[in-house]
Amino acid sequence: MVWPVTAWWDADPFVEMQRLHREVNRLFSQASVDTEYPAVNVWSNDHEVVLTAEIPGVDPSKVELTVHEDHVTLKGVREGETLNEDVTCHRAERLTGSFVRSFRLPFDISSDQVTATSRNGILTVRLPRAEASKPKQINVTAG
Amino acid sequence: MTDKNQAIEKASSGAVREAARRPVYEPRVDIYEKKDALLVVMDTPGVEDKDIDIQLEQDVLTITAEQHVESMEGFTLMVRGAVPGVFKRSFTLNRDIDRERIEANLRNGVLHLVLPKTEKAQPRRIDVKAA
Repeated sequence: MVWPVTAWWDADPFVEMQRLHREVNRLFSQASVDTEYPAVNVWSNDHEVVLTAEIPGVDPSKVELTVHEDHVTLKGVREGETLNEDVTCHRAERLTGSFVRSFRLPFDISSDQVTATSRNGILTVRLPRAEASKPKQINVTAG
Repeated sequence: MTDKNQAIEKASSGAVREAARRPVYEPRVDIYEKKDALLVVMDTPGVEDKDIDIQLEQDVLTITAEQHVESMEGFTLMVRGAVPGVFKRSFTLNRDIDRERIEANLRNGVLHLVLPKTEKAQPRRIDVKAA
């Protein structure tokens, strides 16, 4: 779904309302979209789970990622811009503060093989399945 | 029309439909003013620098940034928190911006725009002399 964006926000007092309306539309148009901050997508197959989180402006080295059995926790702080005294702020819409998100995954994770990379404000975590949790096929021998 | 042509037409209209289906988001911005410039800070997670388009038409500055779509073939989506889309936002600029020197750079998913003020728009301190 596409919303036309005509942001004459500095001229039209109703634009902020329309913006809110669009934001609400965005939330309801995909009822299954999870709206916690930060936005996280989780993908999985039989061998691993891939988690991507949108954390623009967060220093990747300061993100705290912990894995225990089938739980993964993502913790961090989004700091605001550091401003000099002579700077005036006109608009501050970007969220700041600490965040934490936890997920229970479909299987146990091999914690020493977890890798995390960051690119353009997207953190990608690859969580391989622990060998012990993989299903084993048992051959049936005819007696 | 041959089968091949039909297939091509089908594929291209599919791609167009796919592009049109991508949601357009109004990204969050911070706007700061310094003595000599305006700073616009915008969140654009998942956008490559080549996919950012900054256009200045008359007084309107429009920023369009398209999110990169990761191919996750062979995976099942378990939690959907972000739908890849296009960030788009427009601003009306004051005439006192020096258009030739506008700068943009992308750091860690955040777009930083520097809009320098023209010389004559910068505040000047006037010394008062005692007679």
